[in-house]
Amino acid sequence: MFKLLPAGAMAAALLAGAPTTYAQTSVPQPAMSNQQLAASFSTSSARFTQQGGETLYRSICQGCHMPGGEGARSGAGFFPDLRKNQKLAAGAYPALVVLNGLHGMPPFGQQLDNQQVADVVNYIRSDFGNQYSDVLTPQAVSGMRPATK
Amino acid sequence: MHQEDDVKRPSRRALLGMIGQVAGGAAMYQAMSSMGYAAESDYRGPVKLSRAKPGATVLVLGAGLAGMTAAYELRAAGYKVQILEFNQRAGGRNWSLRGGDRYTELGGATQSVDFAKGNYINPGPWRIPYHHHAVLDYCKRLGVTLEPFIQVNYNAYLHNTNAFGGKPQRFRHVQTDLQGNVAELLAKATNQGGLDQAVTKEDRERLLEGLKAWGTLDKDYRYVASSATSDKRGYEIDPGGGLMPLAKPSQPIGLKDILGSGMWAQVNSGNLYEFQSAIFEPVGGMDQIGKAFERELKPLIRYSTKVTKIEQSADKVTVTYVDADKGGAPRQASADWCVCTIPLSILSQIDVQVGDPMKNAIAAVPYGASVKVGLEFKRRFWEEDDHIYGGISQTNLPIRNISYPSTGFFSKGPGVLLGCYAFDNVHAFRLTAMSPEERVRAALEMGAQIHPQYKSEFKTGVAVAWNRVPFINGCYARWTDELREQHYQNLCAVDGRIVLAGEHASYIPAWMEGAILSALDAIQRLHAKAQAA
Repeated sequence: MFKLLPAGAMAAALLAGAPTTYAQTSVPQPAMSNQQLAASFSTSSARFTQQGGETLYRSICQGCHMPGGEGARSGAGFFPDLRKNQKLAAGAYPALVVLNGLHGMPPFGQQLDNQQVADVVNYIRSDFGNQYSDVLTPQAVSGMRPATK
Repeated sequence: MHQEDDVKRPSRRALLGMIGQVAGGAAMYQAMSSMGYAAESDYRGPVKLSRAKPGATVLVLGAGLAGMTAAYELRAAGYKVQILEFNQRAGGRNWSLRGGDRYTELGGATQSVDFAKGNYINPGPWRIPYHHHAVLDYCKRLGVTLEPFIQVNYNAYLHNTNAFGGKPQRFRHVQTDLQGNVAELLAKATNQGGLDQAVTKEDRERLLEGLKAWGTLDKDYRYVASSATSDKRGYEIDPGGGLMPLAKPSQPIGLKDILGSGMWAQVNSGNLYEFQSAIFEPVGGMDQIGKAFERELKPLIRYSTKVTKIEQSADKVTVTYVDADKGGAPRQASADWCVCTIPLSILSQIDVQVGDPMKNAIAAVPYGASVKVGLEFKRRFWEEDDHIYGGISQTNLPIRNISYPSTGFFSKGPGVLLGCYAFDNVHAFRLTAMSPEERVRAALEMGAQIHPQYKSEFKTGVAVAWNRVPFINGCYARWTDELREQHYQNLCAVDGRIVLAGEHASYIPAWMEGAILSALDAIQRLHAKAQAA
């Protein structure tokens, strides 16, 4: 079990130092307490144990695709914008990208089970201004995995 | 909450497996080699290029170590060289953050680093193994002063939330006791005839003698508390002078606890080829290497330059770029030849006029995730309270490492340690998905389990998640054996007038040595083609 510090103590410690400023990210997120942050990690280092589409998005995808799904364009390259994205029209496309990766994006097929892949794909296809109502099933995801050797 | 390492009474098979973990270093090395790790550098001294054709020109894309190595050597051979660099500084991943620096990651979060003068953190590379001959030679040639980097510290902690009630253990205790307990078991098995099939009678005697020395066993082949074992693991009361209390041997950890510790791999990590002594770091921060190259090449570098297109014809290469800060109309630069060191994570998003084999290779390689958090504390409590001078404490928590500074020992005032180094696992993604401020708080929360002083001594922190670093979108090229078989040759081959270089075009991924060796190999092949043209 984590030995947890009181959130207030750490906030005070953070404030006590000279100001480290953090600009607002594009989408304000509810502040997580230290306890919540510590509890938000996977309990395995090899697989994601977080469950549910939104939680998985917040645990993995938003690192690059950002909290609001807007991606990034300010760098040398870009991270794709998921908002109102027509490439999400068929659930198979994002599912295959999550399983196998694409360009610099690594494959997550070994770190997520079929249910988790389906959940996170269904989440991005029904949020960020996307309104694809068909649901991707874990069975469908299973069929997209390469045959095991 | 973290149960990565199962704590249970090990079966005989599991026990043998664990022994194999100790004895089977060769097997581990084999696996590491095929992944590209642990390969010895093939550097044979400064590259010698023949004199270039008069007026020959080269465009180098990227002022990281690969690009600057290429530029440095090609200019020396007589080429007219221009470097285009995305950042406002040279160095690329060879980078240090100090007080006064501002860093804006993708997504817009800006961190103002508030470290005290002289303190720094290396978000990227932070150590140079003694066998990374090319990096060391360039340091020597460019006047970069090196100091020892401490990897293994016998007084640092090993920590596992599932062992010893979550109480951190001293490395020297676990290391000595693991060896002692295993030696006692093997001696017992040997004496009971359990190894008669495996060793001759003669070797049995040698084995027993060896185990006695290796595991610090007594005359009856037992591993027990004694001054002999304490000479390795340390005393409960250290020997003193005058009428000070008499020395008292310390009590070893028992077999059951050592087997359940989950610390076998941690205790052996310093045995990896890359982590064996001696290891070095530049005095004053890893970026001293990039800065040394930059001093030599500054007039050649065009900063804040974002490449948008790379074209080639029968007689030249043309690169289209925009100003990375101000934008504006696209501009072009051309040269006879091009050394492109843009990371594949970025290059795969740029229109590059090369053949399909190279194009497919550029598109095929995923980039690994990695997150580092630098924490500054009001005082060096790890030295003052815990007597840890440099080295690394290891934990099964997502922060994985706490690395103490290998320099500035015993100094007063604030000190910076590496409070988190998540590398290529699910935790690196979780940390990347946090805001910088959350990463710092998470690192503090977890690290306080090892150092309770964190609570009262924290001053400030900075967190770098490589997927959000604007010039690379990831940490390093994560090759697999299958990918290398399919694409590596095609990635490295000269395509027309273009050759690629960088750690991604090497068998030493994520290491500076890979970047430099790749550049040296690439320019020799490009030069040969240019001379023959």
